Amino acid sequence: MNATDFAATCPLPISRYPNILMAHGGGGKLMHRLIEDFFGRAFSNPILDTRHDSAQFTVPPGRLAMTTDSYVVRPIFFPGGDIGSMAVHGTVNDLAMSGARPLYLTSAFIIEEGLPMATLWRVVCSMRDAAEKCGVQIITGDTKVVDTGKGDGLFINTTGLGVMEHPQNISPLAVQPGDRILISGDLGRHGMAIMAVREGLQFECTIESDSAPVAGPVLDLIKAGIEIHCLRDLTRGGLASALNEIAEAARVKITIDQKDIPIREDVQAACELLGMDPVHVANEGRFLAVVPAKAAPQALEILQRHPVSTRATIIGEVSERSMPLVTIKSVLGSHRILDMPSGEQLPRIC
Amino acid sequence: MKFLEEYRDQGLARQLAAELQRATTRPWTIMEVCGGQTHAIIKFGIDELLPEKITLIHGPGCPVCVTPLEIIDQALEIAARPEVIFASFGDMLRVPGSSTDLLSVKAHGGDVRIVYSPLDAVKLAAENPAREVVFFGVGFETTAPATAMAVYQAAQKGLKNFSLLISHVLVPPAMAALMSSPNCQVQAFLAAGHVCTVMGYQEYFPLAEQYHVPIVVTGFEPLDILQGILLTVQQLESGRAEVENQYARAVRREGNQLAQELIKKVFEVVPRKWRGIGEIPQSGLALREEFATFDAAKKFKLTHHCVPEPAECIAGLILQGLKKPNECAVFGTRCTPEHPFGATMVSSEGACAAYYNYRRQAPKEMAGVP
Repeated sequence: MNATDFAATCPLPISRYPNILMAHGGGGKLMHRLIEDFFGRAFSNPILDTRHDSAQFTVPPGRLAMTTDSYVVRPIFFPGGDIGSMAVHGTVNDLAMSGARPLYLTSAFIIEEGLPMATLWRVVCSMRDAAEKCGVQIITGDTKVVDTGKGDGLFINTTGLGVMEHPQNISPLAVQPGDRILISGDLGRHGMAIMAVREGLQFECTIESDSAPVAGPVLDLIKAGIEIHCLRDLTRGGLASALNEIAEAARVKITIDQKDIPIREDVQAACELLGMDPVHVANEGRFLAVVPAKAAPQALEILQRHPVSTRATIIGEVSERSMPLVTIKSVLGSHRILDMPSGEQLPRIC
Repeated sequence: MKFLEEYRDQGLARQLAAELQRATTRPWTIMEVCGGQTHAIIKFGIDELLPEKITLIHGPGCPVCVTPLEIIDQALEIAARPEVIFASFGDMLRVPGSSTDLLSVKAHGGDVRIVYSPLDAVKLAAENPAREVVFFGVGFETTAPATAMAVYQAAQKGLKNFSLLISHVLVPPAMAALMSSPNCQVQAFLAAGHVCTVMGYQEYFPLAEQYHVPIVVTGFEPLDILQGILLTVQQLESGRAEVENQYARAVRREGNQLAQELIKKVFEVVPRKWRGIGEIPQSGLALREEFATFDAAKKFKLTHHCVPEPAECIAGLILQGLKKPNECAVFGTRCTPEHPFGATMVSSEGACAAYYNYRRQAPKEMAGVP
């Protein structure tokens, strides 16, 4: 969005307050205007519009799922998404991983003094659009402003509430030997997109984040009556961390095959260049599903029909009850351990 | 992906492995010099495809691993200073000094930044005239030209706030030192392909002749490594000790002469201590006198002191190929990538890290074979 768009759509008079001031979090008129004209206007829905201190709503029948996550991504805007859409997708996806239908979100903003008003508006609009796409309402929130230098532009926390409209117990503890492991698409795009922008790496093409809501395909699996043993989103630590966590919780050995893991060529190239392994890189719109072998072909078909998971594949299986272990078959046919990454992924020297 | 997938072809790998089986009649011990090759060998399970008679030992070609403890300590001391922006390649950040590491210095307020090229550090210096920017110049001949270019550019720009902590090392003197050791078991070398893209391979001819050892310049993909091993075995079996170039798609005999000239212009060859091995004559690069103002050790008046290695760490023996990582008493128990005793466990190219990440169990157990 350019400055003209902003002037035409931004509800605050930009000429007076082009940047966030401490007073925007001070409880007075400026804060009131910010809440009313930015958040209230963008996120408007019957529950939010009552302007209570707490949101009031009727609990739907079924078990509830609740999750919270904080978003501190740098840069705020990146190819394929921004902190606002991520704050919605990430929390909605966490709800989806218990098979819940996401219903409501809260949103708390910690804004650094001096943040351009246009930046905040762009993020708020992106959150609004993402929430609409996910079918969730943002029903309450909070705004704090911190002194220059005490924040990093903008942090967002969202808490999500969803309802489980199924009796299944989706958990790593439900994982059984013989189960198949499916992933919902190609790996590594979000992490490499962020790294490319953050470090000023210039590739011939732009790698776009895979940030997307995945509740749709998960609910489709449930609707079709697929028995799901476990779901896990493949965020920080990537596929390797998710599989190791499952192996550890379920006390099983998991075996996957490198050749079945879809990785886009540009992502693979960037990873090769930096000495990283795409299975360790973060995703924001990918998940894995563990299902019984007999349900795997139908589950795969359902996932592939959904636009966010067209490249879903079966990558391996739970082989036996054992000491927790994940192994990967290399393209040469040999097997090796697939461990969690050690701390932060650091690009190598040469 | 072009230039990648074709070098990871399973069918061709099996063909090369079969050819190796036919070619091998006696036991041979071959050292792959470069840590990048070690990782490819373990990651792709290349050693599982080899005849039992062939033993690979993992050489000292990991720049992170051989950087001496006292230089890491100097880096930590500089990075903790409030006026300094300390710029480093990413994998140096986790390497433990005698008390802490760069990531911890950063957590305590040090301005430590990851850069992808030394030239990024020069840019940082130009953009932050009020700060002292220090680049940690680590690596073999592969990264030396970029470091030299950074010094050259900083001199051209007249930057006064840029300096370098240099720990560049040279591969051929280390190979000579290994061959001179009475414990040496190495019968042939896979030379590090990327070092040779810069330096060419002329300097290996005297080595091959003096120690009667085959040296095959080798790339980093599975087929490169298998072919490199095949060429070495063919030499060993026929009693030849020649220099061959498997990595011809990237390496020329004379190397990259422009890069070599730049290295010569900025650096002089000096004796250098290698972590775990000790001092090797004429095996390091130091800034020439005319570029001495860019020497961070001088600028910050650092004192040089000797620091003992943790007693239980056998990184030295591993770097010389005398022990395998899993023969170490603390491997995978008290020494892990999260809590490394020595640099070979830290670096993504270190032999201990490769074994830890990819192979804590026997390959057969991993494949589920009883």
